[in-house]
Amino acid sequence: MTAPDLVDSAAQAAASAQRPSLFRQMLRNHSVTFGTVVLLAMVILGLVAPYLGTIDPASIDPVWRNKVPGTERTITLPSGEDVAFIHRMGTDSLGRDLYSRVIYGARISLIVGLFVALISVAIGLTIGLVSGYIRWLDGIVMRVMDGLMAIPNILLAIGLVSLWGAGVVTVIIAIAVPEIPRVVRLVRSIVLSIREEPYVEAAISVGTPLIPILYRHVLPNTVAPLLVQGTYVCASAILVEAILSFLGVGIPPETPTWGNIMAEGRVLFQVFPHNIMFPGVFLALTILAVNLLGDGLRDTLDPRMAKRF
Amino acid sequence: MLAFVARRLLATIPVLAMVALFVFLMLRLTPGDPAAIIAGDNATPIQIEEIRDRLGLNDPLPTQLVIWIGKLLQGDLGESFFFKMKVTDLIIQRVEPTLALATTTMILTLLVAIPLGVVAAYRQGGWLDRAVMGLSVAGFSIPVFVLGYLLIYIFAVELKWFPVQGYKSISAGLWPFLHRLILPSITLSVIYIALIARITRASVIDVLGEDYIRTAKAKGLTNRVVLVRHALRNAAVPIVTIVGIGIALLIGGVVVTESVYNIPGLGRLTVDAVLGRDYPTIQAVILVFSFVYVLINLLIDLSYTLLDPRIRY
Repeated sequence: MTAPDLVDSAAQAAASAQRPSLFRQMLRNHSVTFGTVVLLAMVILGLVAPYLGTIDPASIDPVWRNKVPGTERTITLPSGEDVAFIHRMGTDSLGRDLYSRVIYGARISLIVGLFVALISVAIGLTIGLVSGYIRWLDGIVMRVMDGLMAIPNILLAIGLVSLWGAGVVTVIIAIAVPEIPRVVRLVRSIVLSIREEPYVEAAISVGTPLIPILYRHVLPNTVAPLLVQGTYVCASAILVEAILSFLGVGIPPETPTWGNIMAEGRVLFQVFPHNIMFPGVFLALTILAVNLLGDGLRDTLDPRMAKRF
Repeated sequence: MLAFVARRLLATIPVLAMVALFVFLMLRLTPGDPAAIIAGDNATPIQIEEIRDRLGLNDPLPTQLVIWIGKLLQGDLGESFFFKMKVTDLIIQRVEPTLALATTTMILTLLVAIPLGVVAAYRQGGWLDRAVMGLSVAGFSIPVFVLGYLLIYIFAVELKWFPVQGYKSISAGLWPFLHRLILPSITLSVIYIALIARITRASVIDVLGEDYIRTAKAKGLTNRVVLVRHALRNAAVPIVTIVGIGIALLIGGVVVTESVYNIPGLGRLTVDAVLGRDYPTIQAVILVFSFVYVLINLLIDLSYTLLDPRIRY
């Protein structure tokens, strides 16, 4: 979840975006290192999921329901060959292998996080640039954004998903919509301060049209803060997707996600806590990694804020 | 002052109107026929037509909006499809548990977060500060429901200190009421504590650099007095602002926490309504929560003059 003070700090990060050895500074920042390593590990996990000793995460086996982690059994491969198989994390109430589901679950979380960040930043940037530059539109746009922001984001996402039906695409859009106003506010605040800069005035005075001004002078100033903000949006999106799926209104259980694995494990939680704990650890670790990455990026992109937070 | 209150109240109206418009359009502009969605897969065209009539969906959009707003102003939020009763009555039935949970969470948050933030600021850079900051990032990252189940498992299933789930009304006695609220409040407060401790620390650090703090120290006041009466007091406005904005976190958290702990409040109602495709109830709950959020932030804005006498309107 992004605090508004972080938005402000992201805005201030704009000033110090272009400095030499920025990359080296980032490498030295422990938050960035930790976040990147964990996140990369999750990405690789998601990409090579089929080769990590997993079986079909959706295959139901009523005989092997609710097995504790470490249960051994023999399974028959599609080729007819029998092999020993260990349910490293046990099985769920339908006999699906939890390990496979958790590993495949990384895919959805990362996809949702990435796309929500991209979509909300792209749309928010467009609206923010236009609204910050065209005065008469600004009032209307900001009233609409105020209204959207007044609806708590999880509620708005739940409401939208309930109307559009469950699925990956609808979940992504439903989570992105409540994030857009926050991006718009950030971009708009940057535009409002940049447009008063002498170099923008100079560009206007020599007759540069609006589009090149936005593209050449305003847009580069938004890159650093948007990178930071986008990271926080990504963390928030992964969390909200898990919440939606956990509540049973997000992604249907055929596609394993950390949220819906936990939803599945809710009923028998007291007897078989592994259904909640394993995906829970992966989920918390991923969100932590993205948040730390965001904190680290903010600190390196704006050292003044680093002292305070 | 009165003029300011009036101006601020008036400024709230467009926001509330915008929220109402969004909630109205959510159902009306959704792809597909809402009547068909409501009726379900096995409905006949006649049944769908009947639902369209009942919802007034055959009227032009502006007419629908006017009728809807008119009813809204009378406190009529429509009728629940799923629970077969007036949504307003349904919400009134479910308010108590949510209010109880939110209140205990808020008290717990303020009691923990503000001292933590102040101490972290005072010991800036020390191990305590690092610990508070580290826990705050962790608090942001651990999902409410994961934390909820973890606490249930440790304190209710293994140690048996608390009941696993459920809610008892305050009319059943104070202890049974509080006993069942302790775990949910802790669960819900963690993310909120993370937020408030962070902003308290940042605001107090800002204030600690001021001249009057040096003066206060120089004249021999104890650390405690300097921190509480001089630093915290002057840091109050940003802290209170974030407390208000954080209500959005609290509302989202209520929906999840009530589901984890099986508390029959408004959050649980939201989830039940979504699963039951009970659109009037979904609309109403979103509307009520958003209005509460906006109004609490209005009150907080108005409180600035009390917190900081320098602010004059």
